[in-house]
Amino acid sequence: MIATSEVMSELSSGWFLEHAWLIPIVPAIGFAIIILFGKKLPMKGSEIGLLSMLSSLVLSGGAAAQWISRVNSGAEGQFIAPVVRTWNWWQIGGMKFTIGQSIDGLAVIVLVVVAFISTLVQLYSTEYLKGDRRYTHFFAALTLFSAGMLAMVVAEDTILFLLGWEIMGLCSFMLIGHWWEDGANSRAALKAFFTVRTGDMGLLIGISMLYFASNEWTTKHLGVSGFSIRGISAWALSGEANSRVILIAAVALFIAAIGKSGQFPLHTWLPDAMAGPTPVSSLLHSSTMVVAGVFLVSRLYPVFFTGFHIMGSGGNFITIIGGITIVIAAALAFVQNDIKKVLAYSTVSQLGYMMLGLGAGAWMPAVFHIFTHAFFKACLFLGAGSISHSASHHSFDMKKDMGGLRKVMPITFATWIISTLALCGVFPFSGFFSKDEIIDNVGHNGYQLFMVIGLIGAFMTAAYMTRATYLTFFGEARGASAGIHHDEHNDAHASAHDAHDSHDAHDAHATDHADHGPHESGWRITLPLVLLAILALGSGFLNAVPFGEKWERITKWVEPRHSEFAPELHHAPFTWSKAGLSLAIVFVGIALSWGISTMLYTRKDKRLVGLTERNSALRVGYNFLMNKYYLDALYEKVIVKAIAGPIAAAAYWFNQNVLDGILHAVARTSRVVAGWMYRNIDQRVVDGTVNNSGKATKGFGGVLAPTQSGKVSQYGALLFSAAAVAALVLVIINS
Amino acid sequence: MLVNQFLFLAALLFCIGVYGVIARKNAVLVLMSIELILNAVNLNFVAFALRNGNADGHTFALYIIAIAAAEVGVGLGLVLLIFRNRRTISLDDLSEMKG
Repeated sequence: MIATSEVMSELSSGWFLEHAWLIPIVPAIGFAIIILFGKKLPMKGSEIGLLSMLSSLVLSGGAAAQWISRVNSGAEGQFIAPVVRTWNWWQIGGMKFTIGQSIDGLAVIVLVVVAFISTLVQLYSTEYLKGDRRYTHFFAALTLFSAGMLAMVVAEDTILFLLGWEIMGLCSFMLIGHWWEDGANSRAALKAFFTVRTGDMGLLIGISMLYFASNEWTTKHLGVSGFSIRGISAWALSGEANSRVILIAAVALFIAAIGKSGQFPLHTWLPDAMAGPTPVSSLLHSSTMVVAGVFLVSRLYPVFFTGFHIMGSGGNFITIIGGITIVIAAALAFVQNDIKKVLAYSTVSQLGYMMLGLGAGAWMPAVFHIFTHAFFKACLFLGAGSISHSASHHSFDMKKDMGGLRKVMPITFATWIISTLALCGVFPFSGFFSKDEIIDNVGHNGYQLFMVIGLIGAFMTAAYMTRATYLTFFGEARGASAGIHHDEHNDAHASAHDAHDSHDAHDAHATDHADHGPHESGWRITLPLVLLAILALGSGFLNAVPFGEKWERITKWVEPRHSEFAPELHHAPFTWSKAGLSLAIVFVGIALSWGISTMLYTRKDKRLVGLTERNSALRVGYNFLMNKYYLDALYEKVIVKAIAGPIAAAAYWFNQNVLDGILHAVARTSRVVAGWMYRNIDQRVVDGTVNNSGKATKGFGGVLAPTQSGKVSQYGALLFSAAAVAALVLVIINS
Repeated sequence: MLVNQFLFLAALLFCIGVYGVIARKNAVLVLMSIELILNAVNLNFVAFALRNGNADGHTFALYIIAIAAAEVGVGLGLVLLIFRNRRTISLDDLSEMKG
């Protein structure tokens, strides 16, 4: 290891750091117990899920505390080596595959977030899915999902990383399609699975390429294989890597990140995935599944850093994709009536920020945004679930079934407002400290164009969240939240289903609704909300850049210091004028959106209502957004049809004209030849022989006929005894 | 020495499989027995690959696993169809092909 400073101190370690591999193992065991014995347990397996997530949380917390003391034990500017332990997985010939843990600041911060959110989501689910027909399976899948994510985070090597990544892919399919009886839900699950799989090919290709490109170097210099993430990082930064190979590998890996993290153009699965139960949306779309792509980029950052020449140009693949995603997803959020879809597009847009930050060399702000975003977005999703659970009769339609809920749901309202302000990036909520840092650093590192995109995104975020908040909590109560149950009870359920696909339907709930109107949810729902809201408010202070270096704790703990394993990154100096500009933009967004919302939804101003129908330019834009840029149509109608249509037709034509033509020609020739053959050879020579041999066979066949009993087992016995005899003969000959 | 134990285990598995194929009347159990035979072969491949120190045996084993999966798919499909048509999967009742 190369020392980056003269002073090197012995780094401290501890039990929790050395045993961090237990963190994913515990929920994995929990999953096995739930799936095997869950149904017989008093709480149907949910207690095991909750317990295993709590243990993971405790282990992660211990690891975090020990990591902080490890960082403190190091000298100024010293690279804090990760805590690595590896085991042989399998070995063939000269190749050795190891799996293991590598715990560093990035792993620790994500571990804590994932374990914490998973625990809260499990607690929330015990109430939200009460009486569900697949309650036990739900908790099993939820627990396995967390295990997958945690395994991916602790991974020392790309093999374990891939394993965790794929476990998540599988579990997301099971969880999104949890209520698969509804066709729309199972379609959404399939869509999520296939879209993400499209990207996953990139991960496989990227990992294989990196292995074959770096194995020799890493074995020689570090004594680890080309699967080791540390090895790959050092190789990518060594300057000895072939720049074309590393570029292609980086592109392949980033395609995987695009699929998993819902970046343009593969973001289409993410809003549809809202078909899953709300706790699933909250877990998948705040801290786990979709963050996996961002985590991939930040984990293998040196590969991207070298491959895309980050910091060396005014734009690259990552920043372009991130920038596009921020704006297009935010635009889509304006035309959604489904509260969860607004949040889904908001997630897509925020993931765009993280990608943009990573692409522009703002590694630390991007990772910090993973941290803060997890809290406020989980809180928003759980808040939406709380509304649908207790107030709007399982509907997520803001225009039809919500409005005026601030009085009946004070806790949900308060937590929602805090999280919304955090999402918009209002000082001093947590989103301000992360998002503003991203925008600031992107500009500082020479990506001016993308800084402007980031500011536009901040404006749009503030505006669409204000619209959603207004529709949900202010104005008149409408539909179910006003106590109106559309039609007869069961009919309402069925028709609401057709109206929007992400409608949560519970078995036990369909019957017990007539007797209560909108009300606040129980403690198992509000407790997670309150905890998350406190963090949405306070977690930003863990890395409050505006207050000086003393406050930059997360930067100190998490950011790898410049060494052979980590590239050198700069931080933008904080100035209140730049922060003031983005804050002003956010406030303008909120105010403008508030004004328009009041005019449009409450006062029904004639100039605004129906504007999209009257103005043709606006109508085109509105339809364009309503149809999600026609991307779904492109994928399903054009690409799938192109493969199914013309290619199949071409194959048919080829079959009919070329193959059959050859066949016909051959057949005609054969007929002529055959006619001659029949007359001369067949009749005279062959038939004579055949007739004679036929007679002989008939006699012999009569003898053997009884062995053809039609009983398979007899045939089997004959076969195996023949094989045994043959084997015996072989042994005798060879000896 | 180590390889021997693998081979004994494989031989044992193979014999159990052969016994199942010959003695069992239930088509599904026969399919399972065939799986046992295949896996006995797999074990041999892996054991010899370990002894010879190259990856050929592993590759074969992986191929066999993949093909065995396809085979089970086809086999179970056949069993299902037979059951639909005949309401039985006892192999003794399926002896129309006698000579």
